[in-house]
Amino acid sequence: MARPRETSLLARQRARAAWVFMLPTLVGMALVAGWPLARTVGFAFTDARLTDLSAARFVGLGSFVSVLEDPDWWTAVGTTVRFAFVSVLLESVLGMGIALVLHRRFAGRGLVRAAVLVPWAVPTVVSAKMWAWMFHDVYGVINAVLMWLGLLAEPLAWTAEPSLAFWAVVMVDVWKATPFMALLLLAALQLLPEDVYEAARLDGAGPVRSFFRITLPLVKGPLMVAALFRLLDALRVFDVFYVLTGGGSETQPMAGYARQWMFEFQELGVGSAAATLLVLLIALLTAVYLVLGRVRLDVGES
Amino acid sequence: MSKVLMGRMLAVMALVPTVAGAARLNLACGSVGQEQELCRQGAEAWARQTGNEVSLVSVPTDAGQQLTMFQQLLAAGGRDIDVFRIDVVWPGIVGPFFIDLRPYFPESDRAAFFPALMRNNTVDGRLVAIPWFMDAGLLYYRKDLLEKYHQRPPETWQALAGTAKVVLEGERRAGQARLTGFVFQGKAYEGLTCNALEWVDSFGGGTFVDAQGQVTLDNPRAVEAVSFIASLMGNVVPRGVLSYEEEGARGVFQSGNAVFMRNWPYAWALANSAESPVRGKVGVMALPRGGPDGRSVGTLGGWQLGVSRFSAQPELAVQLVKYLTSAEEQKRRALVASFNPTRVALYRDPDILRANPFMGSLEETFASAVARPTVTGAKYNQVSADIRNAVHATLSGRGAAQESLQKAHQKLVRLSRGGRW
Repeated sequence: MARPRETSLLARQRARAAWVFMLPTLVGMALVAGWPLARTVGFAFTDARLTDLSAARFVGLGSFVSVLEDPDWWTAVGTTVRFAFVSVLLESVLGMGIALVLHRRFAGRGLVRAAVLVPWAVPTVVSAKMWAWMFHDVYGVINAVLMWLGLLAEPLAWTAEPSLAFWAVVMVDVWKATPFMALLLLAALQLLPEDVYEAARLDGAGPVRSFFRITLPLVKGPLMVAALFRLLDALRVFDVFYVLTGGGSETQPMAGYARQWMFEFQELGVGSAAATLLVLLIALLTAVYLVLGRVRLDVGES
Repeated sequence: MSKVLMGRMLAVMALVPTVAGAARLNLACGSVGQEQELCRQGAEAWARQTGNEVSLVSVPTDAGQQLTMFQQLLAAGGRDIDVFRIDVVWPGIVGPFFIDLRPYFPESDRAAFFPALMRNNTVDGRLVAIPWFMDAGLLYYRKDLLEKYHQRPPETWQALAGTAKVVLEGERRAGQARLTGFVFQGKAYEGLTCNALEWVDSFGGGTFVDAQGQVTLDNPRAVEAVSFIASLMGNVVPRGVLSYEEEGARGVFQSGNAVFMRNWPYAWALANSAESPVRGKVGVMALPRGGPDGRSVGTLGGWQLGVSRFSAQPELAVQLVKYLTSAEEQKRRALVASFNPTRVALYRDPDILRANPFMGSLEETFASAVARPTVTGAKYNQVSADIRNAVHATLSGRGAAQESLQKAHQKLVRLSRGGRW
């Protein structure tokens, strides 16, 4: 961010006014986000148990060590990272496709645009429960359709077997979050200048070529930001897994692991350490993403 | 989570007819099968009698999720629930948040309940909850199908597998593609630990942790038991059981899609209800033995009522607990919904035995039901999680029983601090 070296009186006054206006928000943030986060990090260095918080003793890095030594934690890390990567990738590709379609003028476009948002509007717990029934091995519509089509010889237990359950969860998340991606990308598409495409057409570029040479580079910025939002969301995923698979250690995200230790096992200290590690890991992955993203962005612009 | 938010979340409440100015209690009872309805009727009756008001709080069906919800509420000192329904393995975990009920239940009252349950509910000399109904794992079977194929109700797990295969083969040839052999509670939650305890102990493999607190999980008999059930996956047992709770299993059995089912007594009344497709075709018996020299084991389950330390009207809450656990109310619950009473005398009540023949014939099963290893105290949930995850991994084909149990065994030994827990 470039800032003029000499700040005038007016600019200083404005800056002060800005701080005054920001103050309520900052206080609010500190109360609802900062304080709980600080408490969690604080608990992570103790052996606090949920039954009696006052008996908590400082144990240094003990809780962190026990999380890092637990193979279940690493299974959870693997599951979460794989989930985030796969689902965000699929959502980006599908979201782009949908955005391109919605960008065209056709009758009833407004209606379709609104309809596309429905999955995003349904609360995750509700949609996950709905999908859980569709995935049911005996009554589920998915098995019924696949068997009717002759694609399956016998019903699959979609949410029961860990290997299948992972993909079932990815599917539900993609179903839910793709509209979000599509909407953000559509907004970006609508800002693109028409004349560039006109020039490309005159130069004889086909639709595929103009997509990769013009559209993609131009919406790369918004795409990266939208994907970042989704990535943050996906890394702290909890509800889809919880409703669909119910928390066996083989299909448990990091947030599920933290919840299990905090509440099911009452080990608030260990659970808080896991939650803290989750925040650190998200921060780290976001930093990596931003660095890599900026590098590619520069290439795109040059 | 803040107390206020929790309260809002719990506010999915069903109001009972009110009397102006009367006190109001919040009661959390179960939601599996017809329990919610049954509980509402009991609470309404008490409310009418005493001129008070009772609200039912909706709880999740999964026991583990209920406990989580209760703990968050209690740890925050929440007043949103006065009377809690708690599982037989929870007194050690939530006991400190409950009042001592001994002053309200004199010795003569206490003697009417099964002594084992009263002992279970006594933590550090404090009686934290009154037994409301008890459970033991039972085997349900389709009488009609077994007769059709001239099969006897199975005495051993091996016989169960054999019988199921015979029936499946015949019925599938007749076009019943959906029929499965045996369903149980196989999702990685508390129910799977109960099922696994029955398999392992019936093969003579012990109860995971013995009474002295020593871990016994990994032994040849236990490995044999878990391996045997794992060998049924995909043929006798549908792979979908890996996501079933009680109601998932009952749904499959009651719609006529399973030959055998392991479940708690509550399923009896529902399987024989007016709208049940298998009405009158169901038999119930003790669970199979693990081979000729094994024994029949049902896991002890059951639910208790306790009064929160944070309740604004503890005296009134105790009155509600007294009413709900009274002989009359327990009898009503046994007649309407086959909930097993916790009062010894009711097992000789002719009306109850007529409605639920199994309560008499399986008295032994209930009397000798095997408790989960509560010697592990507040760490019980961790113990249970390690066991069910190991079993779930084996059943879903990720690792042989031998290595899964061995791994879980080592974790438990570390957790047990040499048996001191």
